[in-house]
Amino acid sequence: MKNQGATATPAAVPFWNDPKKRSLFYQFATLFLVGLLGYYLFTNTVTNLQRQNIASGFSFLQKESAFEIGESPIRYSAADSYGRALLVGALNTLKVAFVGIIITIILGTILGVARLSSNWLVARLAAVYIEVMQDIPILLHLFFWYALFYESLPSPRQAICPGAGIYLCNRGVAFTIPEAHPAHTYMLLAFIAACIMVYVLRRWAGKRQALTGRYFPVFRVSVPLLLGLPTLVWLFFGAPTALNAPKLVGFNFVGGLTVSPEFIALLLGLVLYTAAFVAEVVRAGIQSVSKGQTEAALSLGLRPVLVLNLVILPQALRVIIPPLTSQMLNLTKNSSLAVAIGFPDFVSVANTTMNQTGQAVEGVALIMAVYLIFSLSTSAFMNWYNKRVALVER
Amino acid sequence: METTIKTLNPESVRPPVASVGILGWMRKNLFNSVFNSILTILTVYLLWKIVPPFIQWAFLESSWHTTSEQCRAGDGACWSIITRNIRFILFGFFPYDQHSRPLVAMLILFTLLGFSRNRKHWKKHLGYAWIAGLFAMGLLMKGGVFGLTSVESTQWGGLPLTLLLAVFGLTAAYPLGVVLALGRQSKMPIVKVLCVLYIELIRGVPLISLLFMSSVIFPLFLPEGITINKILRAQVAIILFTAAYIAEVVRGGLQAITRGQYEAAESLGLNYFLTMRLIILPQALKIVIPPSVSILISAFKDTSLVVIIALYDVLKTTQSALSNPLWMGYSKEAYLFLAILYFLGCFSMSNYSRKLEKELSAGG
Repeated sequence: MKNQGATATPAAVPFWNDPKKRSLFYQFATLFLVGLLGYYLFTNTVTNLQRQNIASGFSFLQKESAFEIGESPIRYSAADSYGRALLVGALNTLKVAFVGIIITIILGTILGVARLSSNWLVARLAAVYIEVMQDIPILLHLFFWYALFYESLPSPRQAICPGAGIYLCNRGVAFTIPEAHPAHTYMLLAFIAACIMVYVLRRWAGKRQALTGRYFPVFRVSVPLLLGLPTLVWLFFGAPTALNAPKLVGFNFVGGLTVSPEFIALLLGLVLYTAAFVAEVVRAGIQSVSKGQTEAALSLGLRPVLVLNLVILPQALRVIIPPLTSQMLNLTKNSSLAVAIGFPDFVSVANTTMNQTGQAVEGVALIMAVYLIFSLSTSAFMNWYNKRVALVER
Repeated sequence: METTIKTLNPESVRPPVASVGILGWMRKNLFNSVFNSILTILTVYLLWKIVPPFIQWAFLESSWHTTSEQCRAGDGACWSIITRNIRFILFGFFPYDQHSRPLVAMLILFTLLGFSRNRKHWKKHLGYAWIAGLFAMGLLMKGGVFGLTSVESTQWGGLPLTLLLAVFGLTAAYPLGVVLALGRQSKMPIVKVLCVLYIELIRGVPLISLLFMSSVIFPLFLPEGITINKILRAQVAIILFTAAYIAEVVRGGLQAITRGQYEAAESLGLNYFLTMRLIILPQALKIVIPPSVSILISAFKDTSLVVIIALYDVLKTTQSALSNPLWMGYSKEAYLFLAILYFLGCFSMSNYSRKLEKELSAGG
């Protein structure tokens, strides 16, 4: 009733009925309440910390950590600082997330395609896999694979040897790798150089085709380039072929490359679980491209490979990428469950640090900050990529 | 041409044997190309290698109700770890003679869930029934009145704890999520920024960091002398976490409501709260029921994470049963049992969500 009167004579709007002033009031009230809550929690925390004689701040990062970490991509010992221990944890998280994401995308794509296969048996099996794996908590996955590894595999002395140079036992998997040689660094550099060359070549070929219509066989040139350049470097260094095979010394394998059961269980759990979700994403993406698109492209005379590359994939990827990004982020976040099976990822190291130093607030803040950085940078990158493949409407 | 068609009586002409029946089906679905034929043969071979040994292990040579010594003597699966420890796995440290109470609480929950499946029952009474049911469940667990002995929440555990954390988590997170979604859609910049910050912050971090927060930081937040128990703190963390995801789902529903609805409400003279309560939310929330069920599924699965802060949910009770030297080494069986339990729960929910989606999209 009041409203009606107010709108009839705009000059007489009281300030509490003016939508602009009202919205300002609501906003400041919200801000005030949130601020009050924050202040209340903050003061309580500060008094509690003082009472418990815990110094706040991040100075503990420089102190000696005095705990060992099972596996580390960089050199680390108990004499190093907490800061370095946390860095090791972060690198371990990155390692498992990176490897996990790559395998997940491959397995997920295969499953997604299998789900749509015209082969009844394959499609059914893929559907069952997707449904079952999605419905089992990731933590249970981790425990299951870890237990399977730990309980079912023999001790290193009776290690199973499924192929030449590979040993399976309950202490992990030991692989034979080439003996360390300076040539390997240069081979890696050569491979990176080849990748850059292929990229430049592709852009040049694309530009030339757009301008002149002349086609350049990029694929047939880039494969020999990618394989040939590292091989040439390898030959240049005298083709080192020495192998570093794992040998049983005492109760465990020495030499070669040993992957811990924790890492394998974590990787297996994350990959098998997330691949089921990725498969659904891929299936939805493929189904979103209508059959008419394929038929139209074929009728234009494009070869099947080109139909896939130029017509189906660009459209399917547009549908696939946003949910795929969130699955990749889920995998990264779920890798934090490593703490439950004792893989030294960031959360696990931060947990040990919290227990030893009592710096709980800082520890949790660090965990959140690190995962936020991972999440935000991944989504920033995927947004950039998504923009590139997004539909350009004219 | 016409004569040939006339002479062939369509009733008497049968399709070739190889294109109908089992043979035809197999040709069409399993052997329709060289690649598919190879794939089929490979798959069948793999299944042949895996399934019979598994059946032998899980059923033929397994022991179901024996002591652990008898189990160790046999080759097959030892399901006895489940049957011998079932009450501990399901109810944790709840007083042994009081186990009927959590059982009744779970039955109430299942009855309510089963009754809510039918959309015809979605009336006000059902809401009241849920509130009464949740209250009764809490009462049954806690005790202390009506002659029920009081049970400390530190003794709660097993499946009831898992279900309580999931159901109460979702129930309490829903209103918060709706408020956050409305805030994110709001035209007020400060409110919007606060909501976006909250949602993105929570969605960017793993649940486990919030659970750590609940176990080590929440006690610091409270003034001296006040403590809240561990389960409630974990529950708060789960609520805060789930609310951010619900907010995103509800936002999807809000975005699906056309501008015309807002304008119509405005032209009727409804204010913001009435517009939302009477016009927008009833429509938006109906759209987001299926995705909300998937959030319930993830909440149900995510409750297992409380293991890490040492709450005795059904996963943790199983692990403690496994840590008994008598039953050590039967993790496979125990975890498979749990996997089946979780699968049944999640599968029935996701099946229901699919059914609902079909019904709603058919214009219900």
